[in-house]
Amino acid sequence: MKIKNNISVSESGFVFDAKTGESYSLNPSGKEIIRLLNLGKTQEEIKEYMLARYDVPDLIVIRHLDDFFQMLSYFNLTVECHDQ
Amino acid sequence: MINKLKLTIAVSGLNNTDNPGPGIPVIRGIRDSELIDARIIGLSYENLEPGIYMSDLVDCTYMLPYPSVGMEAYMERILEIHHEDHIDLIIPNLDAELHTFIKAENILKEHNIKTYLPSLKQLEERNKGNLDTYGQKYDIKVPKNLSITSHNEIGQLDNNFTYPVLVKGKFYDAYMAYNPQEVMVAFNKVSAKWGLPVIIQQFVQGTEVNVIALGDGEGNTVAAVPMRKQYITDKGKAWSGVTLNDPELMEITHRLIKQSKWKGGMELEMIRTKNGDYYLIEINPRIPAWVYLSVGAGQNIPEALTLLAMGKEVKTMTEYEVGKMFIRYSFDLIGNLADFEKINMLRKL
Repeated sequence: MKIKNNISVSESGFVFDAKTGESYSLNPSGKEIIRLLNLGKTQEEIKEYMLARYDVPDLIVIRHLDDFFQMLSYFNLTVECHDQ
Repeated sequence: MINKLKLTIAVSGLNNTDNPGPGIPVIRGIRDSELIDARIIGLSYENLEPGIYMSDLVDCTYMLPYPSVGMEAYMERILEIHHEDHIDLIIPNLDAELHTFIKAENILKEHNIKTYLPSLKQLEERNKGNLDTYGQKYDIKVPKNLSITSHNEIGQLDNNFTYPVLVKGKFYDAYMAYNPQEVMVAFNKVSAKWGLPVIIQQFVQGTEVNVIALGDGEGNTVAAVPMRKQYITDKGKAWSGVTLNDPELMEITHRLIKQSKWKGGMELEMIRTKNGDYYLIEINPRIPAWVYLSVGAGQNIPEALTLLAMGKEVKTMTEYEVGKMFIRYSFDLIGNLADFEKINMLRKL
């Protein structure tokens, strides 16, 4: 999964889709995930990173991450990478 | 120091209301120009059009009769104004005026008044009622359209359309209708205001995106800026919008202007579906009211149109700032009864 080129994310977590004109707000975790996606990390790698970083039950982290990835896809902010 | 081009420019569409005409933002673009030193003459139809009272933008305003009085009477008034207050260029900004100004091109030329408008053929082929033919000719997807002139035809719509449909006036207004009864109500409203025919258009689900563009009549797109409305009023007008980076939309715009050799300002209204298809729903044959966003984003379209009309060379503008926004607001102008009296009694302020 990769963030599309036309999506910009500011330091504050404000997301702007230059093609559609839509904008979104990210909380710090969301911003962190987008940063990792932009670094080329896979969803699995991001899961591992978040599990290691937050003292939250695994299932909760995984569920929230899956929700978040689905939301990114639903809002058409991402493209799938075939090498993942 | 640049020698500014001194011009007297007459501009209509001073109705800067919640259904705004493009006149005031056009004037703001011209006022922002570093190449033009303009005296602005406002042309108004109603005595409370806000632009009449904006003395920082409009130097002088004259009242006009509606174009429905006929070309002769209408042009008589234009020439009367011209003899009193020499006009170099007229920028008509209302759909209902365009036919008259295009037909009067030769009369205006004789009096050395310039315009920068599409041809009658270009104007008519993009009429809302001709959208199907237009789509075929220029290879652009358009929603199904039908012009109707009587209630009797509403019953037959089921054969060709699936509800909801849009019921549109020939110049302005559009209502969504979910069944024949709602079409009937909308038909009555629209036809009472804008006359016949009334256009029935298949509703296309998606996001509306718009492009403001300027064609030079030779097939070149001199300027183009795409925008998405972020907030829409109950009249369907943009109250705020943001510039986009949409290469497909720009490609469609450039292709359309190249093929049609469009001359003048225009607005393309398109729907982008979830599948990424673009449907042309309307072409407004003039500068739209959100033109000042294009100025703010780096393309001064009113300035470019003025220079082209005066026979000056204008470089094609390809750059603009993506993510530039406009937000409209309402503002109370304080006026004087004496001014209201003048515009009423003398038809001039």
